[in-house]
Amino acid sequence: MPNRGRLVTIVVLLAALAAVPPLAAVFGQPFYLDLFRRIMIFAIAALSLNLILGYGGMVSFGHAAYLGIGAYAVGILAHHGVHDGFLQFGLAIAASAGIALVIGAISIRTSGVYFIMITLAFTQMLFYLGISLEEYGGDDGMRLAGRTQFAGLLDLRDPLPFYYFVLAILVAFLYLVHRLVNSRFGMVLRAAKSNEGRTRAIGVSPYPYRLVAFVIAGAMCGVAGALFVNQTAYLTPTFMSWTRSGEIMFMVILGGMSTLIGPVLGAIGLLLLEDVLQGWTQHWQIILGPILVLVVLFAKRGLAGLLPGSGRDD
Amino acid sequence: MTDTLLAVEDLYKAFGALKATDHVSLDVRAGETHAIIGPNGAGKTTLISQLSGTLRPDSGRIRFGGEDVTHLTAAARSHKGLARSFQITSIYRDFSALDNVALAVQAHAGHSFRFWRDARRDPGLRDPARAILDEVGLGARADVLAANLAHGEQRQLEVAMVLATKPRLMLLDEPVAGMGAEESQRMVEFLARFKGKQTIILVEHDMDAVFSLADRISVLVYGRVIATGTPAEIRANPDVRSAYLGEGGQ
Repeated sequence: MPNRGRLVTIVVLLAALAAVPPLAAVFGQPFYLDLFRRIMIFAIAALSLNLILGYGGMVSFGHAAYLGIGAYAVGILAHHGVHDGFLQFGLAIAASAGIALVIGAISIRTSGVYFIMITLAFTQMLFYLGISLEEYGGDDGMRLAGRTQFAGLLDLRDPLPFYYFVLAILVAFLYLVHRLVNSRFGMVLRAAKSNEGRTRAIGVSPYPYRLVAFVIAGAMCGVAGALFVNQTAYLTPTFMSWTRSGEIMFMVILGGMSTLIGPVLGAIGLLLLEDVLQGWTQHWQIILGPILVLVVLFAKRGLAGLLPGSGRDD
Repeated sequence: MTDTLLAVEDLYKAFGALKATDHVSLDVRAGETHAIIGPNGAGKTTLISQLSGTLRPDSGRIRFGGEDVTHLTAAARSHKGLARSFQITSIYRDFSALDNVALAVQAHAGHSFRFWRDARRDPGLRDPARAILDEVGLGARADVLAANLAHGEQRQLEVAMVLATKPRLMLLDEPVAGMGAEESQRMVEFLARFKGKQTIILVEHDMDAVFSLADRISVLVYGRVIATGTPAEIRANPDVRSAYLGEGGQ
């Protein structure tokens, strides 16, 4: 388990997220429900990237691919009249895991800059594939034919249940990652990042472990994509643009790599900052840029490093 | 015990025009401590790397326990019982000493596709790891981050990781490199405890360590083995004296 300080931080943070809808209702600001739901969806994407980037040392610069695949799985099924959540999310997970398996099997044979470039290249391929799918909106994208419904259980057309559904998935994935990185599997994954030569010398070839982590991360991000298209109610290839991959990676770095809560903090930090700055000026990126540079320079362990009970690992 | 555990047959490895391993043949007997000495650039680490599987020879064969391992990966050789320490300390610096050894234990406790149980609370890994740390004298330092251990302790930790894989042959690449006199004396005493029980290939520059530990010594010069013999034979060998021992007064 995380130490006490870290556990308290996580619980407080999740409680605060759970308190957003009633507070938004009291203050008559439903916009915040929307904003924080979006933040949590990106937190899930960043959490999945952190599994391979922070713990596995695999600098995937194409993680938006899985966001896109999850979104297209939901969007395409909805377009053909299938709104059932189990089918939509099932396909989102299966498709993103399958494509992660193919991309990972090839990419993980490389390392360093080559790995960054090859993951980027695969995602660009998928981006252009999205543009070429005229049936599903092509370059312009298309409206989501209808939000996901889990028959009798949950309807994502209702903003409030949708919000708590996203929160529940975030909590579940936080716990999943916590278990994963502390298991034997996670220890090997982190050991291979720490010292690959030593890992081979003690008798472990890192490749299959890295590949499995890559697939798990892809599948998790696919879920984020399925949620994201429900959030925007619009499907577009820009879900898979390389700037999106960069944004997710930045959340991980800003929040603190190889910390459990870091990606969540990073998603909150980046998207809130964006929101506030956009309210001030349309040239908000001019202000955002230097702030991010300062954080990277002076808070080396990210936002998670500034919190009480901070530490890496679990 | 004169069974040959490791047989190197006509091993050859060149980097461009440099013959780093020039048709080396070598037998290591079960239970012996076999030192490999030679001046800087003689190809000692290159040889060890080919034995451990991190480098592929251009030609020649390596037989371990009667089996041809020439084309096995480093990870596969580890499972055959070949374990290596590196000239430049190779440990997991951002893990505790105990984690380091537990990882080596885990690597030899079946596959690691176990996704749920906390590995740090697994007595099947922690107990043997603790016992090995005690054995190398690092028991009290188990929870210290490996990066924060003293240099000598890090070398000991690496040997502990080698031991944790229960090797049939330990390849130790300069285990006392960079150690102070006292630390190095302690390491030599520690390694002496394995004499006769554990087969060791020892690459070392420290001649005191070599002559007090080795049962046999092979002398490598410019990638060639110019002599193999007991410490007394090597001391008396005129070729060795001119090629190496006399040189620079080491």
